[in-house]
Amino acid sequence: MPERSPVVAVLVKRRIPLNLSQTLRPLGEVSIEAELCKGCGFCIEFCPMGVLELSDSINKQGYQYPRVKQGKEDSCVACGMCERVCPEFAIQVREVAKKPVEVMW
Amino acid sequence: MSLTRAEAEKIPPTRTERIRSLLRTERLPHIWCPACGIGIVLKVFAEAVLESGIDPDKHIVVSGIGCAGRITGYLRLDGYHVLHGRPIPFAVGLKTSRPELEVTVISGDGDLLTIGGNHFIHAARRNDDINVILINNFNYGMTGGQYGATTPPGSRTLTSPYGHIEGAFNVPYISAALGASYVARWSVLHERELKKSILEMFTVDGFAVIEVVSPCILYGELNNIPPLEMMKKFREKCIIDHNADLSQIDLDPSFKKPIVLGNFLKIDKPSYQTQYIKLIERVRGGARGRA
Amino acid sequence: MASGNGLLRPGVYFMRGNDAAVEGALIAGCRFFAGYPITPSNEVSARMSRRMPEVGGYFIQMEDEIASIMAVIGAAVGGVKAMTATSGPGFSLMQEAIGLSAMIEAPTVIIDVQRGGPSTGLPTLVGQGDIMQAKWGSHGDYSSIAYLPNSPQEMFDLTIEAFNAAWKYRVPVIVLADQMVGQMIEKVVVPPHEKIQIVDRKRPEVPPEEYLPFDKRYLVPPMAAAGEGYRVHMTGLTHDERGYPTTRHEVSKWLVEKLVEKVRRNEKEIAMWETYEVDDAKLVVVAFGITSRSAKRAVREARRKGLRVGLFRPKTAWPFPYWALEDIVSSGAKVLVVEINMGQMVHVVREYVGKENVYHMPWAPGAVPPPETILEKITEVYSP
Repeated sequence: MPERSPVVAVLVKRRIPLNLSQTLRPLGEVSIEAELCKGCGFCIEFCPMGVLELSDSINKQGYQYPRVKQGKEDSCVACGMCERVCPEFAIQVREVAKKPVEVMW
Repeated sequence: MSLTRAEAEKIPPTRTERIRSLLRTERLPHIWCPACGIGIVLKVFAEAVLESGIDPDKHIVVSGIGCAGRITGYLRLDGYHVLHGRPIPFAVGLKTSRPELEVTVISGDGDLLTIGGNHFIHAARRNDDINVILINNFNYGMTGGQYGATTPPGSRTLTSPYGHIEGAFNVPYISAALGASYVARWSVLHERELKKSILEMFTVDGFAVIEVVSPCILYGELNNIPPLEMMKKFREKCIIDHNADLSQIDLDPSFKKPIVLGNFLKIDKPSYQTQYIKLIERVRGGARGRA
Repeated sequence: MASGNGLLRPGVYFMRGNDAAVEGALIAGCRFFAGYPITPSNEVSARMSRRMPEVGGYFIQMEDEIASIMAVIGAAVGGVKAMTATSGPGFSLMQEAIGLSAMIEAPTVIIDVQRGGPSTGLPTLVGQGDIMQAKWGSHGDYSSIAYLPNSPQEMFDLTIEAFNAAWKYRVPVIVLADQMVGQMIEKVVVPPHEKIQIVDRKRPEVPPEEYLPFDKRYLVPPMAAAGEGYRVHMTGLTHDERGYPTTRHEVSKWLVEKLVEKVRRNEKEIAMWETYEVDDAKLVVVAFGITSRSAKRAVREARRKGLRVGLFRPKTAWPFPYWALEDIVSSGAKVLVVEINMGQMVHVVREYVGKENVYHMPWAPGAVPPPETILEKITEVYSP
């Protein structure tokens, strides 16, 4: 899975959107209910920002559940894909803040 | 991090919390296998009920036997888990005698189209005003993975160890041919489109079918298409074509040819139930009322 | 003929049995009929298709008998009194669904106009071969109730009884008619409607949060219908009082005991029978349906010849009024069971009265045993 980071603006011919400094993007906070997880891996696969990975722990049923990757806590954009695609109601996401967009030259 | 009550109340609910009141949460985790897509259909259907504008008290769900049939057990709606193959006539009886209810059948491919095939045929022909969500996982999962009416030729299943030598139904094609008023097909990954389709289905007066393609651990293991792989293929190799030629859109779960999804058909014609109500009015000379 | 509400006005009519059953059903409150053509019950669906819109009810001819009974159960869970009509082959098809009706305690009424069997048998001729199937036809433990009309008048009366029993006890109820009783035309008296007792379901008295669809405190739980806000879950799987599936043995025990006790504990109220000249009888003929009419003639003839013979006519096959029969034969009378089958009710009689002194006159389906033949048998087994 290619690495992705909270980059929104990719500049072509060095043109910067005029409102870039006012543009905010959602910051999401993921909450995982470990005991409901069955380790299917859908959330990890379908997160567009690569926020999740399998943790080292297993729940009471013996399934390995996901966790947020270290260093990726800020990468979640609250798209909700993990929550949409989870068959178990084991992962939820909430928008907790708005953050400015980072720019990569 | 601890919050004051005021702060906590300001936090908007997540999608899951919004549908909590429609789930029998005391029964979670549900019985379906890891990576089974039925849990997604459960979630999407609950959201659709909430957004339908119809009082959830009036939404009735009916299911048959099989993995998909267990879905009614997790919905906090009036739900009836009836005999194998027979949710459709049950739903028809309920809807016909209580036309104000919104009745949805959610069941599997084996239940609805194999043993239940005859009922499917005639409910479509009569254009009975019921909604049908047919979850297609290409086999009879609950009983170990035998082949059914939607198992593609060549598949290995518990009862076709040498490769399946029968043909499979093309669900949208036969639904349209039998007289359905609304026909669609989505995958469990396309849950956004699926929800919109379910919402549209609630508004249709007549027989409405949505085929939902789902991965299955059993079918996947025997046919080299594990659920996560199938979900990835749903992302990469599905084509959305609302105007597809239905005769050409057989399903190939190995994705040698792409799977065609879409809202294929919507016809405006009165259902059996609508026509019957008019008939009562005609016979009783205008005033329709119960004795 | 029909009044403002569409129901048959009180009066005296000359009616076919099958038609009388329809009118009884409508007066009892039946507002949904689903059926499939099968001789000799076709008059029921034909009349229902015409009468249902007149009373503001719904009719649908389904694709087979299984669909018919499933539709009836679907209507029942919606609180609508519903009925189907069939004969032997269709009744066989319905057995799995009858089990569902019992399991989810959905009141259903089935009119089985019995014909000659087995299999396709004799579609246009009388049979009485579904007696055992009416109780034991579906797999597992449950109860059903079955009525045995012997005239068009009883087709009217007992169909109303059937609806009352179904909605009072929440069980499948079968009206075990036979081709003769269903298709004969006779006098039927329709009393003033307010004199006819109609029973409706017991509704929940608690709000939805406190309601349990199969509340353990009741043998027959109050019934919430679909769409009333109770959000019930019902399943054919073995379930607890919440309606949720379970495999716990103590719940299985509670469930099957309850399903069986529902009728057993109320058998004395439900069972019906009629007696003729049994007080001093040395021989009691047991017969039902059309056979009972031929048997009554034979019994009269026997009496004229000085034989002390009586007739015991069960009007319910299930629950069978065994206590009444036991009482009658306690003096030592013999029993002769006459039925148009190779032996069904005789087993029930023998279960309660014993094997000695119970004689059997089976009769092949397709005809009614004539009174003379029954009289011959009476004379043969009679001893003063």
